[in-house]
Amino acid sequence: MTGQRIHFTMPQRALHWLMAIMLLAMLFIGVGMVSTVGPKYLALLATHKTLGVAILALALIRLVVRLCSGAPALPANLPGAMKLVAHLSHYALYFFMIAMPVLGWGMMSAAAYPILLFGGLHLPPILPQSAVLQAVLWKAHFYFAFAFFGLILLHIAAALFHAFIRRDGVFESMAPLPIHDHAPSAQVHPAE
Amino acid sequence: MTQPDPHSPARTIGYLAVIAGVVVLGAGSFAYAAGWLSPSRLTPTKLVSALAPTSGPALGHRRNHAKGVCFSGVFEANGTGTEVSRAGVFARGTYPVLGRFNLGTPDPDAPDATVRVRGMGLQITAPDGAVWRTAMINLPFFPVATPMAFYDLLKASHSTDPGAMASFTQAHPEFARFGGWAKSAPWTTSYAEEAYNSLDAFLFVDASGARHPVRWSLLPQAPVSPVTNAELTRLGPNHLEPEITARVGQAPQRWTFNITLANPGDETDDPSKAWGPDRRMLTVGTLIVSKIEPERDGPCRDINFDPTILPDGIAVSDDPFPAARSAAYARSYDLRASETQYYPYHLQTAKSSTP
Ligand code: HEM
Ligand code: HEM
Ligand code: HEM
Repeated sequence: MTGQRIHFTMPQRALHWLMAIMLLAMLFIGVGMVSTVGPKYLALLATHKTLGVAILALALIRLVVRLCSGAPALPANLPGAMKLVAHLSHYALYFFMIAMPVLGWGMMSAAAYPILLFGGLHLPPILPQSAVLQAVLWKAHFYFAFAFFGLILLHIAAALFHAFIRRDGVFESMAPLPIHDHAPSAQVHPAE
Repeated sequence: MTQPDPHSPARTIGYLAVIAGVVVLGAGSFAYAAGWLSPSRLTPTKLVSALAPTSGPALGHRRNHAKGVCFSGVFEANGTGTEVSRAGVFARGTYPVLGRFNLGTPDPDAPDATVRVRGMGLQITAPDGAVWRTAMINLPFFPVATPMAFYDLLKASHSTDPGAMASFTQAHPEFARFGGWAKSAPWTTSYAEEAYNSLDAFLFVDASGARHPVRWSLLPQAPVSPVTNAELTRLGPNHLEPEITARVGQAPQRWTFNITLANPGDETDDPSKAWGPDRRMLTVGTLIVSKIEPERDGPCRDINFDPTILPDGIAVSDDPFPAARSAAYARSYDLRASETQYYPYHLQTAKSSTP
């Protein structure tokens, strides 16, 4: 492709959508499991820990990919304040997708729980035992989870706003499948 | 992007409505998953709150079995258990143990003779680091058949309605057995003279992968001298902890670790039904308690003896209690860990930081 890149790279898009599904699943599993005393509690918790650690690994890969591949520029006519909010919110999303699993792992370490995942995997503790630390990390894991979910809702609303109302190519830049671009520049594709 | 004008006000409003709908749907399903729309769902928070006396919970303490003392020692496995479970702790050998003797009450200051149920929290660590935790009681069967019934029992017993307990016992006939035991079973003057039972059924998985439904018990090797409740009362409100401290100070105390294998057809999902004595029993080793430490700064304080923390070779069965207990104990742990200011450590610097 010549000129300015208008899409996130394929690996970036694959990671974005895979992780979007995983993160939403994690948030629902999280609030679901802590509100049940039924037998499914145990399976949900095991899934939560396993998926959470997988997310941590993917998030770190994604961060590296992001630093290497960059991101397409936002439309030039997007107001400066909106650009700022877009950038800040993306930083925050990265922050949460890395912080949440680290907090989960950390709080379980501080509570001296063995951290067993599906498949018999056993994570080592990353912190020494400390109830005081556990309490801080647990509260952070709890409040961050709701902040994260709220931010994701705003993020989805903004993405749909770009897709339906502004129609400025921002949605297409991250679309899961290559679809026709609305962005003016997208119409000219000299031999890719 | 040409045909119908995408910027017409009507279309814009329509799209905004779609976006708002997506957000509301997202938030709504999240609230549903979190149980906020289902007030009848039994949550760990409700179950744990129901344990509290009417005066409120003892902050910083376990929400049940709040009065207790830490112990450490070893589990000496004789190797017999390897027949039914591949867990490392059953291979012949000696493995470190951490535990807690306790009284089944939400009140850490309850006088010993007012608490009928005594318990033991136990953690055995295998050489490969695999941890097994269990919390057992001296009752030979659990008072009720399901976690929901336990919740109903707690509510009835704290209810101001004078008929609440009567209607509970009517709905849960199995509870009468507990009443009978509480009245007739002898008391003892020592934690060392009690038997501790898993009550819940678990599955042992052997080296071939075959599963064996089991329950287990720790039987005291100390001679048991039964006393009446009046005799125990005369020993004072805090007899058990100094007694076990002095006794273990003189000599380590021992329990025989017995595994009971279910007969074909035995129910594994109801801890209120004891399995009869004609079950196959395996003695898999001996628990040796050699050190007692006060809870406040002791190594058991910040441990959650969650009965679902199991090594490979032991798994939960269809007994609904372990999962419910795991959820409730985690809740209790989260609460007490965030209340340490109400139950401060003495040794702020040298507090229990086992690696
Ligand atoms: C992207 C990663 C993660 C997300 C989005 C997430 C989200 C959540 C949510 C929403 C809850 C319920 C909070 C509440 O309502 O109390 C929760 C609880 C919990 N999470 Fe995570 N989590 C993540 C990673 C992890 C990891 C990696 C672990 C452990 C290895 C973990 C362990 C836990 C535990 C143990 C609880 C229950 C806390 C309690 O005792 O109440 N989480 N998580
Ligand atoms: C758990 C859910 C989600 C998370 C954590 C998330 C995270 C992110 C992050 C961090 C970015 C910045 C690009 C990057 O560097 O990777 C991004 C971009 C984007 N996301 Fe999401 N996303 C989620 C769900 C969604 C959904 C459901 C949609 C669509 C409805 C969406 C649409 C977009 C779009 C269009 C962009 C490109 C924005 C731009 O170019 O500035 N995302 N997302
Ligand atoms: C649904 C039923 C039950 C509920 C809601 C419940 C609740 C609790 C709670 C909240 C704690 C404090 C946990 C902590 O903060 O670490 C606890 C401790 C304990 N429970 Fe249960 N329990 C239940 C059933 C049982 C059963 C069936 C047994 C025995 C077979 C048992 C034996 C114990 C023992 C021994 C402890 C003390 C463990 C220690 O020393 O830390 N409980 N229980």
